[in-house]
Amino acid sequence: MNPLWLGLVLTAVKLVVVLAALLTMAAYMVWVERRLLARMQLRLGPNRVGWFGLLQPLADVIKMLAKEDTVPAQADRWVFLLAPAVTACMALLTFAVVPFGPPLSLFGQEVPMVVSDLNIGVLFFLGLSSLGVYGVALGGWASSSKFALMGAVRGLAQLISYELSMSLALVPVLMLAGSFSLSDIVAAQAEVPFVVYAPVSFAIFLVSILAESRRTPFDLPEAESELVAGYHTEYSGMRFGLYFVGEYINMIVLGALTTVLFLGGWHGPWLPGLAWFLLKVGALAFFFIWVRGTLPRLRYDQVMHLGWKVLLPLALVNLLVTAGILLGVRA
Amino acid sequence: MTLWRSIRGTLAALGVTLKAIFRRPATIPYPEVKRVPAPRYRARIVLTRDPRGGERCVACHLCSAACPVNCISMQAAEGPDGRRYAAWFRINFSRCIFCGLCAEACPTLAIQMTPDYELCRRDPLELVFEKEDLLVEDGGKDRDYDFYRHAGIGVAQARGEGSEEEPPADVRSLLP
Ligand code: SF4
Ligand code: SF4
Repeated sequence: MNPLWLGLVLTAVKLVVVLAALLTMAAYMVWVERRLLARMQLRLGPNRVGWFGLLQPLADVIKMLAKEDTVPAQADRWVFLLAPAVTACMALLTFAVVPFGPPLSLFGQEVPMVVSDLNIGVLFFLGLSSLGVYGVALGGWASSSKFALMGAVRGLAQLISYELSMSLALVPVLMLAGSFSLSDIVAAQAEVPFVVYAPVSFAIFLVSILAESRRTPFDLPEAESELVAGYHTEYSGMRFGLYFVGEYINMIVLGALTTVLFLGGWHGPWLPGLAWFLLKVGALAFFFIWVRGTLPRLRYDQVMHLGWKVLLPLALVNLLVTAGILLGVRA
Repeated sequence: MTLWRSIRGTLAALGVTLKAIFRRPATIPYPEVKRVPAPRYRARIVLTRDPRGGERCVACHLCSAACPVNCISMQAAEGPDGRRYAAWFRINFSRCIFCGLCAEACPTLAIQMTPDYELCRRDPLELVFEKEDLLVEDGGKDRDYDFYRHAGIGVAQARGEGSEEEPPADVRSLLP
């Protein structure tokens, strides 16, 4: 077989494996979250379907598929039908640039454990994360319902308040690694993960991805206590399911990105690379759930305040300080 | 300062939830583990009997008058000795809110609440309990209480012979 075909086949295999693993993980994330959240509130959580409720995701999927897929009469039909896919697709696409293990030697070829080793991986991620909000905005807009529209507007307003600080928090990492490629960033952390060099960046990034994932304390677009269900108020059946699963894929992908950018990716002693990667992503996912089980939703203006008046200046100062130190060290 | 307070408050809250994970859940997994309610728990209503095994209810309608949702109905009848009883007695448990007002109103302690809370049926009509379903072979709370022993009116014994009754007064002797 010539190398081109081999490369194509390997990429296809990687795609299928990553997609299947990601979707399964997202489905079980729902289960893990519900169980953990329940324990934090001294409840038991879903424990009826299967052993320890392990078949709950399956039951949920069957339920969602069996439900009627309604479209409101006044809705912008095509946009309404397509919007849920945007969120889920953007979340899935982001994972394409995430290296999840050390390169493997197969058929005498070096196979990198990443679907696509883009040389501008970080920019790709930032671009997709902004596009992901279109799922929220379009879904809320097309529903032609006040609650959905308010949710969509909030999603957009939230985006502009956290995105700047998120990108700025990444700049020190890029300066440390000297590359936009996520594989190079992981390689640069072989000895020491960047969280040690850039703890402030890490903190800012962590808060920003909480906002990016649209979960408590930044779940303003959904805000079920004020806006019914926010941007997906009018959705039912599997279209709602797509939004739902998109949120969990997003959670895993953001966890994976934080792992890659700050926690040293798959590097770690004793255990194989993939195990370290999954462990770190799992720890971050636990953190997401933990925060959700703890903090109440922030008010609209508080999010703006946090983004513009706290995180952004902090990120800028952090950027300058890191740049200065790096200049001093390297000179 | 506010920022520091927020950060401290957040961390403290995170600690609380983390500790909660390792505590025993308060949930009782119902069909497997059944909670034992307190003896005075207000659930399924029964009609009790007096110490001699007769029905206590005298069909006075006080319970049905007290019931805020009007779910008790009955038909009064009189026995050969002048004792009143309920010809039929019906409680619609699909409407009952288990407030306990009926049991409070009852002068004969006939109607009483029990802690049996498992009251669900596939068919709501099965929740309409007739007298036969309600009657129990027991005195329930306050077993020894016997209304007619106290307030006789010629049923359990002659007039004026009830345990807390004075002999009937000769009205003519009260004339001025
Ligand atoms: S418990 Fe309350 S609602 Fe039920 S029958 Fe008695 S008075 Fe009526
Ligand atoms: S149950 Fe009690 S209150 Fe109701 S009719 Fe009978 S005696 Fe009267």
